[in-house]
Amino acid sequence: MSLFTGSKGSRFDSRTLARHRRGRFWRLVFGASTVVGIIILAILLINILNSVFGYAAVDNRIDPEELSINQIPIEILHKDDLVHILEQRLSAGLMRRLESDQPFEERSRENVYDLVIEWVVDPRVVRSWSLYESIFHKDRIVAEMAEEYPVADLRFISWLDWDFLTKPQSSDPDKSGVRTAILGSLFVIAITIFFSFPLGVGAAIYLEEYADTGKRINRFIQTNINNLAGVPSIIYGILGLAIFVRALEPLTSGALFAAPGEQATANGRTIISAGLTLGLLILPLLIINAQEAIKAVPISLRQASFGLGGTRWQTVWYHVLPSALPGILTGTILAISRAIGETAPLVVIGASTFITLDPDGPFSKFTVLPIQIYQWTSRPQAEFRNIAAAAIVVLLALLLSLNAAAVLLRNRYSQRI
Amino acid sequence: MAKELHTSALRTDPSTIGNALKKRTRISELLVQSFLFICAAVSILTTIGIVYELGKESMNFFLKTQWEEINKTLEEPVMGDSSMMTTGTSGSAVFEGDLIRVDREQMRVLSVSGLEVEIERGVNGTAIEPHSVGRVIYLARDVSVVEFLTGTQWTPQVGAFGIWPLLNATLMTTFFAMLIALPLGLGVAVYLSEYATDRVRTTIKPIMEVLAGVPTVVYGYFALTFMTPLLRLIFGETTVSIFNTASAGLVIGILVIPLVSSMSEDALSAVPRSLREASYALGATRLETALQVVVPAAFSGIAAAFIVALSRAIGETMIVAIAAGAGPAFTFNPFQSAETMTGHIVRISGGDLSYDSIDYNSLFALGLVLFFFTLSLNVVSQRIVRRFREVYE
Repeated sequence: MSLFTGSKGSRFDSRTLARHRRGRFWRLVFGASTVVGIIILAILLINILNSVFGYAAVDNRIDPEELSINQIPIEILHKDDLVHILEQRLSAGLMRRLESDQPFEERSRENVYDLVIEWVVDPRVVRSWSLYESIFHKDRIVAEMAEEYPVADLRFISWLDWDFLTKPQSSDPDKSGVRTAILGSLFVIAITIFFSFPLGVGAAIYLEEYADTGKRINRFIQTNINNLAGVPSIIYGILGLAIFVRALEPLTSGALFAAPGEQATANGRTIISAGLTLGLLILPLLIINAQEAIKAVPISLRQASFGLGGTRWQTVWYHVLPSALPGILTGTILAISRAIGETAPLVVIGASTFITLDPDGPFSKFTVLPIQIYQWTSRPQAEFRNIAAAAIVVLLALLLSLNAAAVLLRNRYSQRI
Repeated sequence: MAKELHTSALRTDPSTIGNALKKRTRISELLVQSFLFICAAVSILTTIGIVYELGKESMNFFLKTQWEEINKTLEEPVMGDSSMMTTGTSGSAVFEGDLIRVDREQMRVLSVSGLEVEIERGVNGTAIEPHSVGRVIYLARDVSVVEFLTGTQWTPQVGAFGIWPLLNATLMTTFFAMLIALPLGLGVAVYLSEYATDRVRTTIKPIMEVLAGVPTVVYGYFALTFMTPLLRLIFGETTVSIFNTASAGLVIGILVIPLVSSMSEDALSAVPRSLREASYALGATRLETALQVVVPAAFSGIAAAFIVALSRAIGETMIVAIAAGAGPAFTFNPFQSAETMTGHIVRISGGDLSYDSIDYNSLFALGLVLFFFTLSLNVVSQRIVRRFREVYE
């Protein structure tokens, strides 16, 4: 009896207690490793936001007070006076360029005022602080400001703003934007989808609906796809460099076609090469996802169609594909979001690192968001880190909305079958 | 009514019935099927493309003679029949036995005395021709497979192409990655499959998916702006340099945690409930059940997850390109900067890489090694799953 009630001090009892203690300890360890995962994600996000916002010391090249005429500050100066300031301070060449962009007579007063601020006052960030420092050590920042940048203006700024989204690149971090990079990403992804979606779905249909798995060739294709999914992305970059950029250069540089566009380069390092490379990269992933979706379609649907005399293609087209489509689309979106974040293969095939003009077609040179982030992160100046973080927020927002779309799609259509 | 139909069917000529019900070949169906087959075959073409291109350019790397400019020029003109030439003082020296090239003519160096070089003209079937003053001398450079696989110096400028500095850095980052990813990933998997309630599981799994979906360049930023400063804070700024393999490796580890945890969790969840119940019935605690019954039963899946994670860590590029540093270095110190294979490929291919240069070819040789590593790991992981899988009814 004492064996079961466990009198204190019995061997059985002490061992049970020890075993349970060990169990509780390890449960804590397992739980902790999960918590660590969540904490890391939080740190990752906080670390990024920490650089996106914060105080910055903004120094003007020319003090606006210097520009005031008869003690009237430039904020309320008349347009003609502002034009006069521009004429005085800017070189004739720059004035001609501004004039040819849009004649000064047609420009509004606000527009001319912006020009004065941009070109004459020319405020630039001389030092930036992280969000953490800005919140908890403001006194230190103020002290440092007074000591090192007595004339500069201390402002709390967000590196991510509308200007950042709509401006092209610049060598100056506070004037730089991601417009060309976003457009480049969209162009590249459009080509990737155009190329890989039909191919991927076609391959999945073949493997699930047509292929006789007894045949060696079909088993080989399946194994091959699984292996390709594990090949590092940089290898696809090397493949793209050898095939799309070099071997197919006449095609991918647009030289074979009459009008390659203004942004065209003489070589194959173009949007279409990038899109095709990423297309090959996500193809195995897309096929595997589409196969899963097709597998999930109940066999009875096919049997009913065959029973009514439908041919194999009719069965696939009218019955299997419509039921599998939500799953296929979800899988495609996930594959696409992988492609959007991919950097290494595009560096290898030679994305341009600095372009200020929008891409204008499949044969123009390009840059994409991840490449911008990579470039800016690699720069030593702190301000480039700030805009890299801002670009990361843009990229993550893009990916998150894609993933949300995938989840919505899955939830909306999952009840149907 | 039914009887009538039946008899009328009987009355028809049997051969026409056979024709009507026989499988007909439909051209459109065949076309569709062939098109779909071609779609599937693109994956085979991709593999062939990878193997062919990597193989071809690597062959060029090892077999083709590379001509290296050594900043040396002819001091005096060389006549068509002369077997001596005078070189300028600048540039690196040539030695006895070297193969050199001036214009299109290749020559063998027979002896060197100061700036006077005795040469054998018109080597390798090239035509003997006169050369004028100031022509550039090129030195032949061959990379042997043995040198590539055993060399401990990678300096393309002097023609040293030993893979070990790059491979060593790759192995170091991979080691640190596994150090983080294996225990944490398995811990998460065991927790989710054995301990967590359904509600916890449905909250944590999406978080892990988000972690898996973050682009690697963002992790690179994280390594450089968070992990490196953290390491420098802990170990001191003098020991830890700004770019180092430890920081890159640890962040790669974080990157592959979701991969390890989700694959392992799938394997653990596939173990039938009856095994756990039997274990509880024998008086085992939850921990004992998890570690001594469930984990061994799911061993093949967990091992496969580890290997796939290993392969992913070896092939990871952006994190090391950003955080591990530029410039190959043969060092075992994880706090020093060292360039991995992938990092090197990214660095030299960014910008204007000219085709047919030795750099271009070396990129493919590195790619081939990388491809070989990752492919064999993937094949091994698939083998393990197939071979050691415990099948439950």
